[in-house]
Amino acid sequence: MIPETPSRAGLTPASEAELGALIAERFAARQPLRIAGGGTRVETGHLPGDTLSTAAISGVVTYEPGEMTLIARAGTPLDQIEAMLATEGQALAFEPADMRGVLGRNGTPTIGGVVAANASGPRRLLAGACRDHLLGLRFVDGQGRVLKNGGRVMKNVTGLDLGKLLCGAHGTLGVLTEVALKTLPHLPDRCTLGFHGVTVEEAVAIFSAALATPFEVSGAAFRDGTAWLRVEGLGPQMDYRRDRLLGLLAPREAELLDAEATLALWRELRDLAHFAGSDAPLWRVLVKPSDAPATARALQALGGEASLDWGGGLVWYCGPGGAQAVRQVAAHATLVRRGGLAGPAFPAEAPAVARLSAGLRQRFDPAGILNPGLMDQ
Amino acid sequence: MSGIAMPQPDAGILARAPQIVAALRAVLPEDAVIWDPEETRAYECDALTAYRCPPLAVVLPRTTEEVAAAMRICHELRVPVVPRGAGTSLAGGALPTADSVIIATLRLREVLEIDTANRFIRVQTGVTNLSVSAELEPHGFFYAPDPSSQLACTIAGNIAMNSGGAHCLKYGVTTNNLMGATVVLPTGEVVELGGPEMGPTGLDLMGLLCGSEGQLGIVTEATLRILPRPEGARPVLIGFDGAEVAGECVARIIRSGVLPVAIEYMDDVCLRAVEAFAHAGYPDCAAVLIVEVEGSPAEIDHQIARIREIADALNPVEFRESRNADEAMAIWKGRKSAFGAMGRLGDYICLDGTVPVGQLPHTLKMIGELSRQHGLEVANVFHAGDGNMHPLILFNANKPGDLERAEAFGSDILRLCVDVGGCLTGEHGVGIEKRDLMGKQYDGPDLAIQMAVKDVFDPRWLLNPAKVFPLDASQPWREEATAR
Repeated sequence: MIPETPSRAGLTPASEAELGALIAERFAARQPLRIAGGGTRVETGHLPGDTLSTAAISGVVTYEPGEMTLIARAGTPLDQIEAMLATEGQALAFEPADMRGVLGRNGTPTIGGVVAANASGPRRLLAGACRDHLLGLRFVDGQGRVLKNGGRVMKNVTGLDLGKLLCGAHGTLGVLTEVALKTLPHLPDRCTLGFHGVTVEEAVAIFSAALATPFEVSGAAFRDGTAWLRVEGLGPQMDYRRDRLLGLLAPREAELLDAEATLALWRELRDLAHFAGSDAPLWRVLVKPSDAPATARALQALGGEASLDWGGGLVWYCGPGGAQAVRQVAAHATLVRRGGLAGPAFPAEAPAVARLSAGLRQRFDPAGILNPGLMDQ
Repeated sequence: MSGIAMPQPDAGILARAPQIVAALRAVLPEDAVIWDPEETRAYECDALTAYRCPPLAVVLPRTTEEVAAAMRICHELRVPVVPRGAGTSLAGGALPTADSVIIATLRLREVLEIDTANRFIRVQTGVTNLSVSAELEPHGFFYAPDPSSQLACTIAGNIAMNSGGAHCLKYGVTTNNLMGATVVLPTGEVVELGGPEMGPTGLDLMGLLCGSEGQLGIVTEATLRILPRPEGARPVLIGFDGAEVAGECVARIIRSGVLPVAIEYMDDVCLRAVEAFAHAGYPDCAAVLIVEVEGSPAEIDHQIARIREIADALNPVEFRESRNADEAMAIWKGRKSAFGAMGRLGDYICLDGTVPVGQLPHTLKMIGELSRQHGLEVANVFHAGDGNMHPLILFNANKPGDLERAEAFGSDILRLCVDVGGCLTGEHGVGIEKRDLMGKQYDGPDLAIQMAVKDVFDPRWLLNPAKVFPLDASQPWREEATAR
């Protein structure tokens, strides 16, 4: 765990207007801010400035299950939203992870934090990422201006899509105050097929075969020699899909997990329970699924363990490998848990892309006060 | 010409036309630069045909490098560039100005890579939308976004406008199916955004590019997410005697957990036109829904049973199931011929606002009232599952003042969409058509930050001029840009 700087002030404005005034002040004074929702997703301990949390800008504005639309203020606790959606049989289809175990935090994850991090769990494979479910947002930019983009409807191409930019910008372009998200039915019937004793190559082969079917596999993850496939459906749909997949992958034998065990397993896979309770650096590497086995093996050769999600498209590596060695294997690796490593968490961008990104930062945050040093280098 | 103003062409650029064309010809193959007025006239408009203006020249490159070379010349010579796919924009997204060079992607036709193990296809962006799915068919995959112009429209245009289609209720629109893009910036520089990985790791510039209506760059190659073809699909037709109850049915289906691939809506004006034209055998009632579900035969039966249960509780006039491919086709026949059928009634403009699904009944009622106020008939046919409305306003192009009246009626409908919590455009884009209404949806600072983003990509403001941003709002930005 990274110790908090004792001299840091904690700022928790209670409204969007208050937040705007506060940032305008800091903009005038050129004083940096460390942006957080519940402070559970991203390590920002090394960044300068007072901590600004949106936790007090909280509350659900609207939830319309028949429109599959949710609007909530950024500081609204994620568990409150998930519980509310569950009463209507709906969910955030992108399945955001709870990173507290992995990062050793005890804050309250917020919906704003989810969007700022574009946090997307195993179901991203089928349903898309958080950014694919974001309909609109309100935010305060680095000058304290309150701005909005998008809306609350599912199809909207009115003007530039700044939601895509803000989602995953980790607060560096603006501080989110309100987000509108698409919600989806949470299919009631689910099960998991577990293929034990397989190599990482076999796991990706299983994933590729399963994901080439129309059976809407909603999870494909690998850890400790087991490849897991999650199957969901409505009524008889799930049984049919499961049986077809078992037939396709025969003669491989699969362990079958029921709905309850499925829920527990995928929560663990989503939250990286297998890499929690450790201080070792944790890396997130996005690859072409067919490159996953070679990447995972090369990373494991540095010591430590690797696991896969997204059918091989996401490699997690937890181990003692140094930053340079890891990035030699995987240039686009992102450091999620520092574990004592210094240097940038985000990978370097191609010069032209970096220049565009820097240009955007300069327009959204001209004084460079929003999480400076987090994504820029 | 009608009510939407375009800026005066730059006389200096017009005077330099021969030199500009010579500079383009110096770096491009002989047949890639068109200057003959007879030929450039073919590019004077897109599918918003009320607005026309031949460009200064047209460039038809075959490679990313040629696009980059043309862009570099235009940047150096400060000539506006209008990107163009197949020219099917209904919003005037590809309308030229007299002082602009069109860079069209239609010769960028190569399929570069099909990778079913990693579930993507990489293409040059001049390929048509439909041909992408055709390429994938032997592999058992398809590309999901399916705009109704898919036979003609190109992937470049789909990316520029973030196109949708009838099936996006389940599969999303272009931005949800785009994984990577090769982009030529206005300076001629080429950047790679995204790729076959499920990124991004930094700022989502590709997400920003998608739907930016040619304001930020020209996409020459794209990596697209592909999906396994469903085992089967079947529609049902449900007739109701009121718009309100049809709207309620949509909301209840969505709430039930059944997620159809499409829920299409047609009102009585549209139904009568379609019946007269296509004889689809639709019921004579206030509203018809076509709901399509996918899966194995048993899965489809189960989902249709659920939908029937929901519909029955609302006393439909008719609930028609398709039991085979012919019956399925018969159900879709009317919907697919709706635009053609409306065309027989006269000229029309097709709008594209989106409203929250719960506001559909109210919005339909208000559109009816506006129709009486403006004295023009309107038909409604649209994607109800996501609230994306396509009111068709009927008018007579030969009657002086009628187009202006239709445009005024259209503007009122789009304002209504915004007022009930929706937006100006769900899938067609802003272009010039909705440019002057942008202030209704966005306040000054909201527009300013979008223009600041354009400034980063296009510091001289040369790309796709006079689109998306109201001219008065963009004037200071454009003036500052000319000094760069």
